[in-house]
Amino acid sequence: MSITQLHSPETRPDAMPADLSSLEAWFDRRLDEKLAEREAARIPSLAIIATKGTMDMAYPPFILASTAAALGWNASIFFTFYGLELLKKDLDLKVSPLGNPAMPMKMPFGPHWLKHLNIPVPTLAAALPGFQGLATAMMTKTVKAKGVASIGELRVLCLEAGVRMVACQMTVDLFSYEKDEFIAEIEDWIGATSYLAEAKKADVCLFV
Amino acid sequence: MDSTQMLDARGLNCPLPILRTKKALNAMHSGDTLKVVATDPGSLKDMVAFCSQTGNALLSSQQAGGDFEFLIRKA
Repeated sequence: MSITQLHSPETRPDAMPADLSSLEAWFDRRLDEKLAEREAARIPSLAIIATKGTMDMAYPPFILASTAAALGWNASIFFTFYGLELLKKDLDLKVSPLGNPAMPMKMPFGPHWLKHLNIPVPTLAAALPGFQGLATAMMTKTVKAKGVASIGELRVLCLEAGVRMVACQMTVDLFSYEKDEFIAEIEDWIGATSYLAEAKKADVCLFV
Repeated sequence: MDSTQMLDARGLNCPLPILRTKKALNAMHSGDTLKVVATDPGSLKDMVAFCSQTGNALLSSQQAGGDFEFLIRKA
């Protein structure tokens, strides 16, 4: 093929036109095509900042991150403050209706009417010793009965799916934790500066 | 000849049916089909969203009794 052929608009319909208005139209079209190409090839990303260490608040970060990973996204979770509890080797997460007034108190077993009855718990009763253990046991049972994964299972699924888990260095020092209390899969111990750099680029960034 | 695999996701709730589906698809070849049976009513919409975002083809989605059946062809 000769050079004239290569540059001739007849043989290359995509070739750059010579006059200005056609050139502008050509450029706009090419830009749209390139942007669409780039958008199609781009991998979405999710960055979650997990700050709570109760059983109820452990679900959103792990569910969202594992689902994002299943969709082919890059997902990471930064665990800070009480969120570090979710990375303990021995998960011992609790839940309480105390300070959590929207939490439904329903029996995980028994006849249909009882399971659907939202038992009103006075705040003072919820503060009684042993109540938190009872509420935790009830939620654990409900979760199992409904086929919802446990936090431990979801955490394993997240790790298997390649969710990056990073933890806050400052929190470890603040609460005098030992690093060997935590799972070995923690990729890095970092600070706010490092995670914000990553979160800045994320398509979805959540604070839980 | 492309083969069809089965995934029993009955009794599992969000997001487990999707995660198990993804895991099963990972172990399959392009063009193979996967039949998923689930009981989670949320899976009806989730499976559509999952397939459209991952490029896998949702060939059919139907309700049979209390079960939801999906046929997915791996991209």
